[in-house]
Amino acid sequence: MAAHRCGFLPPLFILCALSVLTVTWTQETIPLGSHRAAAADSKPTDTKSVAQTTEQLAVEQRQWEATEVEEATSAAAAVSKQDNSSPEDVVQTSTPKPKDEFQEELVVRPLHSGDIYASFQFRTLWQTDFTRERKVSHYGLFPKSLGQVISKFSVRELHISFTQGYWRTMQWGQPFLSSPPGAELWVWFQDTVTDVDGTWKELANVLSGIFCASLNFIDSTNTVQPTASFKPLGIGNVTDHRFLRYATLPREIVCTENLTPWKKLLPCGTKAGLAVLLKSEKLFHSSFYSQAVHIRPVCQDWQCKTASWELRQTLNVVFDLHNSGQGKREWSLFKMFSRTLTEACPLASTSKIYIDVTDNPEGEQFELSPATALLSQAVVLGDRRTFSVYDLTQQITFGTVRSLNVLMRWKSSEGDMLRPLLHAERYVAGYGLQTGEIHTLMYNNHPYRSFPVLLLDSVPWYLRMYIHTLTVTSKGKDNKPSYIHYQPSKDRVRPHLLEMLVQLPPNSVTEVTVEFERALLKWTEYTPDPNHGFYVGSSVISSLVPSLVALDTNSTWQRPLFSTFFPCKEESSYFVRVYTEPLLVNLPTPDFSMPYNVICLTCTVVAVGYGSLYNLLTRTFQIEEPSPGLAKRP
Amino acid sequence: MTLFTLLFLLSSCLLVYCINIEDNVGQFFSSGHTNNWAVLVCTSRFWFNYRHVANTLSVYRSVKRLGIPDSHIVLMLADDMACNHRNPKPATVFSHKNMELNVYGDDVEVDYRGYEVTVENFLRVLTGRLPPSTPRSKRLLSDDRSNILIYLTGHGGNGFLKFQDSEEISNVELADAFEQMWQKRRYNELLFIIDTCQGASMYERFYSPNLMALASSQVGEDSLSHQPDVGIGVHLMDRYTFYLLEFLEDIHPASKTCMNDLFKVCPKSQCVSTPGHRTDLFLRDPGSVLVTDFFGSVRKVEITMDSINLTSVVSHRKEEPAANGELQKEVYSYSDQLPVSEIIHQ
Repeated sequence: MAAHRCGFLPPLFILCALSVLTVTWTQETIPLGSHRAAAADSKPTDTKSVAQTTEQLAVEQRQWEATEVEEATSAAAAVSKQDNSSPEDVVQTSTPKPKDEFQEELVVRPLHSGDIYASFQFRTLWQTDFTRERKVSHYGLFPKSLGQVISKFSVRELHISFTQGYWRTMQWGQPFLSSPPGAELWVWFQDTVTDVDGTWKELANVLSGIFCASLNFIDSTNTVQPTASFKPLGIGNVTDHRFLRYATLPREIVCTENLTPWKKLLPCGTKAGLAVLLKSEKLFHSSFYSQAVHIRPVCQDWQCKTASWELRQTLNVVFDLHNSGQGKREWSLFKMFSRTLTEACPLASTSKIYIDVTDNPEGEQFELSPATALLSQAVVLGDRRTFSVYDLTQQITFGTVRSLNVLMRWKSSEGDMLRPLLHAERYVAGYGLQTGEIHTLMYNNHPYRSFPVLLLDSVPWYLRMYIHTLTVTSKGKDNKPSYIHYQPSKDRVRPHLLEMLVQLPPNSVTEVTVEFERALLKWTEYTPDPNHGFYVGSSVISSLVPSLVALDTNSTWQRPLFSTFFPCKEESSYFVRVYTEPLLVNLPTPDFSMPYNVICLTCTVVAVGYGSLYNLLTRTFQIEEPSPGLAKRP
Repeated sequence: MTLFTLLFLLSSCLLVYCINIEDNVGQFFSSGHTNNWAVLVCTSRFWFNYRHVANTLSVYRSVKRLGIPDSHIVLMLADDMACNHRNPKPATVFSHKNMELNVYGDDVEVDYRGYEVTVENFLRVLTGRLPPSTPRSKRLLSDDRSNILIYLTGHGGNGFLKFQDSEEISNVELADAFEQMWQKRRYNELLFIIDTCQGASMYERFYSPNLMALASSQVGEDSLSHQPDVGIGVHLMDRYTFYLLEFLEDIHPASKTCMNDLFKVCPKSQCVSTPGHRTDLFLRDPGSVLVTDFFGSVRKVEITMDSINLTSVVSHRKEEPAANGELQKEVYSYSDQLPVSEIIHQ
């Protein structure tokens, strides 16, 4: 409207100005708002707003107070300091609020080699039913992207992990949750799914978009259907292995682009709570980095009559002492993450830091500051460990400086590390580019107990395994597995799947050997960098390891998160999963510059040879009289 | 008298203001786009091609800073430099020596990475012919009112661009892909920037309307890299993109810089090669095209005074009491993780 008024506006203004002049002679105020109103008549005049400001402010204040009072009652009920398992119906609004709960914790464990292991766990519990026909539409703390994935693909359990580096069991002990290098995805589908393979492929594609990873390379050539490993970790009665799929991509890189969407799934994001420590420049400058997402249905309370969905996001990282560039052994939150903590996530019901001080009962090994009176004991990985606890929901934890930087200074470094009871290695033996041997070594370091171990091997089709050469030996003698399942590979369709249940004798090394032959791929099947080699995924070793202390088989409530991941059914042993290294094998690789050279050479030879032959056969020589010159002889 | 001078000043201000309004309104209706997309591709693999990844990431950074959200950017990086084991500072990609500017940042979303960056995937993204289960972040969901920025970098030659050391895309294929996009009305205007050796050969064969193209070097010339970093050990950026980044750092979402200034980026004295551009297929005059028409995502807002009544669309669902009835039926339990006897008798 202002556009076509512009032409005759200046004279109009002059008239206005004259009127203004007359007004100013009578009053003192200069109404600047007059010409503004002519130009843009959508804005209300300032004078009116100024007059009403004080009134409005009072009204607004009153409104703000009213909402505060409402919020206070709901907040007091929801965020209580006791360990309530299910939050109550808190807000009397007209829409039903989803009942969800968020907990976060960080466990810091100093390792014997001087490195330090930090494990973050973020858990969102939500009592809802994704399998109902009417779609869930109100999301609270549970991320919507994952909720839609669960309901659309009828997922019962989903476990996905991205790892960079290899976990050194002999130097670092056992991790809380192990994961193989690269990407690993395993899913249990609901029994209502009719086409499991098609759903699996679509699910891998969707997850590749969510996590910015190339999971779309998961297809039938690297997917297996284990028959005994990977039992569901959540509740439920269905264990038909037709609904289970497992795939691993050992070549997958993990970098900030995978961490970014992972952080966005957290309720508080990276703004508050423990997630402010997750800075990629520090996390990827480490010896081991692993991030994972685990979704499964769990018991809502100790009675276990209703199920609620649990989303666990875990992040494990091991920082190297020498990489950080300091001589003396000293670790702090600031040194590890280049950040300190200032507040807990307001949406979290519990937010704690656990520092493992089992090797430091009197403070003789290292000194922990700021001092904390809270101590907690938990049985994790079959051992009773003592932890110093910092509760971030208490304001007193942050002290007068309003920030928490946990500092550990070492005085002496004595003591031996407890040897891990189960440990595995894997390597390729042989020479040349035609045949080879895969050796898998499993160590049982328990002095007198033997325990069963389930080995899962998934080998790509281009390594043709000869199962008749499979040998399992312990202490030099043959050790016959009590269960073997082998599914042969099909070229370009299916990989090999080998599952064996082996009893490991005490204090021994069990060696599994199998020979293979390398296949020649079609020239289009090579990657752009074929001389790097081809990866074979890690073996998975699932086992029930004897525990040093009795485990609690009752409800998992009121226990720290890191000790409640694997459900425990018996007191004397705990379940553990160990991954071996991935293998890198060279396949016979053609020289890709050769086709051009061959074409040139062949064409030259053909041209020269055929041309000469043709000339020889068809060219005739004729003697010609030299023609007399134009000048005639007289 | 002072009042008169004051009024005179006010009237002159108003005149200027009027003229400005006319100008703004004119520009409001000149560019016909409503949304912006960007497709940024780095086609080189291996550590010594660090500079190509840094090129792409610096354009990504500028484009994000000027307003295009991640959901509208398709970023394709053929190799991972940030978390490469040869990188002395992991999770960083620097564009200036002495590690001044980390273009990788903390909030990056790479849509196609590693082996996924192929000629086929690139052409499928452009033409929209993707398998049905492709996630949204990997699709170019542009419409006929979208302005698209396409940036390619890598190793190239006369008429081709090399993808990952194993395949090539030719200028004819690229021109045909753009024609497909035009026929399917997948763009309103398209800006194509290429930073490779002999880059001008890639836009020679375009024939669809509303295309503007920039290249870092003419046919027969090589694009050169800018500066190596002794700490990292490789060249960090190419010259053309380095000066392009410098130019873009001065642009903010409301700036009025036009395309003619973009054509002057990196003259022969700085670039050693001669950058070229092509505007004959473009319908508007490049002097009136803003840089933010392609690099930014300026939202045009229309203020209205009408009030709209929002009726509550969502019907309130109560929790079903039948769910409580099922409580007494079954008790759930966790499965045994390693049921040895079960497995043996399987």
